[in-house]
Amino acid sequence: MKQKRLWAGLSTLILITGLLLSACQPTTVTVTVEVTKQVPVEVETIIEVTSTPVNYGNLVWLSTQLRPVQEAEKVRGVILADFPGTVEFIPEDEGPFHDRIAAEVQTGQGTVDVLGALHGNFSTMAPAGQLQDLTALRESLADRGIPDAFWNVAQLNTEQTYYVPWMQATYIIAANKAALEYLPSGADPNALTYEQYAQWAKNVFDATGEAKFGFPAGEQGLLHRFFQGFLVPSFSGGVVTTFAGADAAAGWQWLVDMWPYVHPQSTTYNFMQEPLLSEEVWVAWDHTARLKDAFEARPDDFVALPVPAGPKGRAFMPVIAGLAIPVTSNNVAGAEALIRYMTEPNTQINTLREVGFFPVVAVDYPGFVSPGVKLEGEAVTLQAASPDALPALLPQGLGGKGGDFNKVFRDTFTLIVLNGEDIQTVLAGQKPILQAIMDETGAPCWSPDPDSGGQACQVQ
Amino acid sequence: MSTRRLQALTPYALLLPSVIFLLVFFAYPMVEAFTLAFRAEGGGWTLDNFQTMIRDVAFAPAFRTTLLLILIIIPVQFALALTMALLIQAKLKFSGLFLYIYAIPLGISELAAGIVWFAIFTERGYLNTVLTALGILDKPFIFLSYQNTGWLLFAVVLAEAWRATSIVMVILVAGLQSIPNEFLEAADVFGATLWDKVWRVILPLLRPSLQVALILRTILAFQVFAVALAVAGRGITLLAAEAYRWYNTYRDPNVAAAFAALIMVLSIVSTILYLWGLRTPEEQTL
Repeated sequence: MKQKRLWAGLSTLILITGLLLSACQPTTVTVTVEVTKQVPVEVETIIEVTSTPVNYGNLVWLSTQLRPVQEAEKVRGVILADFPGTVEFIPEDEGPFHDRIAAEVQTGQGTVDVLGALHGNFSTMAPAGQLQDLTALRESLADRGIPDAFWNVAQLNTEQTYYVPWMQATYIIAANKAALEYLPSGADPNALTYEQYAQWAKNVFDATGEAKFGFPAGEQGLLHRFFQGFLVPSFSGGVVTTFAGADAAAGWQWLVDMWPYVHPQSTTYNFMQEPLLSEEVWVAWDHTARLKDAFEARPDDFVALPVPAGPKGRAFMPVIAGLAIPVTSNNVAGAEALIRYMTEPNTQINTLREVGFFPVVAVDYPGFVSPGVKLEGEAVTLQAASPDALPALLPQGLGGKGGDFNKVFRDTFTLIVLNGEDIQTVLAGQKPILQAIMDETGAPCWSPDPDSGGQACQVQ
Repeated sequence: MSTRRLQALTPYALLLPSVIFLLVFFAYPMVEAFTLAFRAEGGGWTLDNFQTMIRDVAFAPAFRTTLLLILIIIPVQFALALTMALLIQAKLKFSGLFLYIYAIPLGISELAAGIVWFAIFTERGYLNTVLTALGILDKPFIFLSYQNTGWLLFAVVLAEAWRATSIVMVILVAGLQSIPNEFLEAADVFGATLWDKVWRVILPLLRPSLQVALILRTILAFQVFAVALAVAGRGITLLAAEAYRWYNTYRDPNVAAAFAALIMVLSIVSTILYLWGLRTPEEQTL
């Protein structure tokens, strides 16, 4: 009997261990795969110097951009197809991306040759001594037609240039054509105001009985960018300095008034293209790359519109992604060649066509760009060129505190809009948290907040 | 060394690799993570991380929802798992097939299970499509609304029950198999009903397995978040989801570790309660 019990106990134990291990799988798998993937690269860095055509050997490209599987496959299969070398494109979340480069620089053992990330990522890496100076490469790219404004930003307030602008994107409105008939009378869909936008949502609700406007308020949704780059600056003309003022409060009040006409499942939406295509939602604000599938799949059913304008202008957030080389790169020649390749007009057009990020170089939109991408491109241009345009840059100089900064806006939203708490009380409660982030990082104000002369930005 | 001595050492030698594995990959990171929760940015010791955690606007709802989820899901899962285990033990026709069917969700990752249930419950999902097609609903009902915490929780419970009940079942099946048939036959002789047999024979003898299953399930339930994230998005929040967010989204490993430490303490407390509450008296062991 004893033995039988022992066996039963043992088998249970083995089962539990097995189950525990398998339960751990989803979190551990990604890590192991990435580590094993890059091992061969260290060993096989071959640069053929003599033979033509040139081959730049093996490169590892780590990127916080183009992470969705489909986009990453486009990079590997289409965009990189003509590059003379073997590139291993590894998409990575921001956290592990920074951890990995920091670890490689700390140990002096590099496996990554090229970095693709947003301006905000690079702005913390350069002061940490993780990025190479690319001034020489910049000079060799003079003929690309990359705007000086972008290059200036890439200098990160120094004399050096730390990254090469790679692609840009922004956020726009996507609307199902079925919603257009409910536009408030006299409203120009290409020059809406926030007031008209809310009225439009109400009209749709009154007519259909459904809340058919959507926001990406899910876990991976970019709703915080709506507050930082659109809502708050449109109403208050700033982001940080005006955070707790009456103008910003008016913006939040607008959202509170609008919210009954916003789809209640918005808190599960990450990419608005999905609810747009399923027609759960008719009108949505999101990143161009996250609306692209809707325009691509049914270009005849959707229109792309510029974002609405508030009392202080049509605030919008341009997103600039860049390419950089870590100091520990083992294949600098290959890395530079890859960056040159990625900024060629042809590659830029390919990037636009395949993943929906817009060129940073001067290109003519050729006829073969799909109707969906063309729709988005026109709205992006219209938005940037509108007379009341107010570009609000991505948060800068926050280092590792970028997440906390976003949290302030997400929490403000949760408390005011979802929990229905008093706007002034919530803003007053979040203000010291925001100020602490600014003081701790010493981040100076960024556009559209007025220049703080290198001092930490102050919440008024 | 004598053969006898060698023989005596063999079990320990065989245990050694797993002990090393557990120490290196389990105990060490656990201690590191636990101390991380008490580390200040400069390197000293502090309780600031716990203060930040408790002051966080998401803390109270996350704590509440996690406990609520456990209180609902554990009894539901145990009732289901026991029924399933008894069904298999009854040796009906095709009972082997049942075992395989029940075990299918075990092979599916937490996140994938969440996405499956999201596809069922979302506004244009399978459930609404079926209900509108049958004429039960005029237009899709929005189950997964943040205003509708009850439905959100229900969807998460359903997804979790579907995904993780079979773990409990497998443990209970193993436990059932260790109950000698003589006991049940003796009960039959005394004219016991099925209910009597379950209540007076099977459950008391199943106590050790129940204990293991309860401990395991409760610990795993404290860690649930991928299912909730996929099904409910930001509609409801859990302790483990907040730990993930603080590490991954807000990039603050110390506060994330504070959440993890809290989860660990809760897990340990519940384990002790189970060990104490379900201990098997010596005279009742088989």
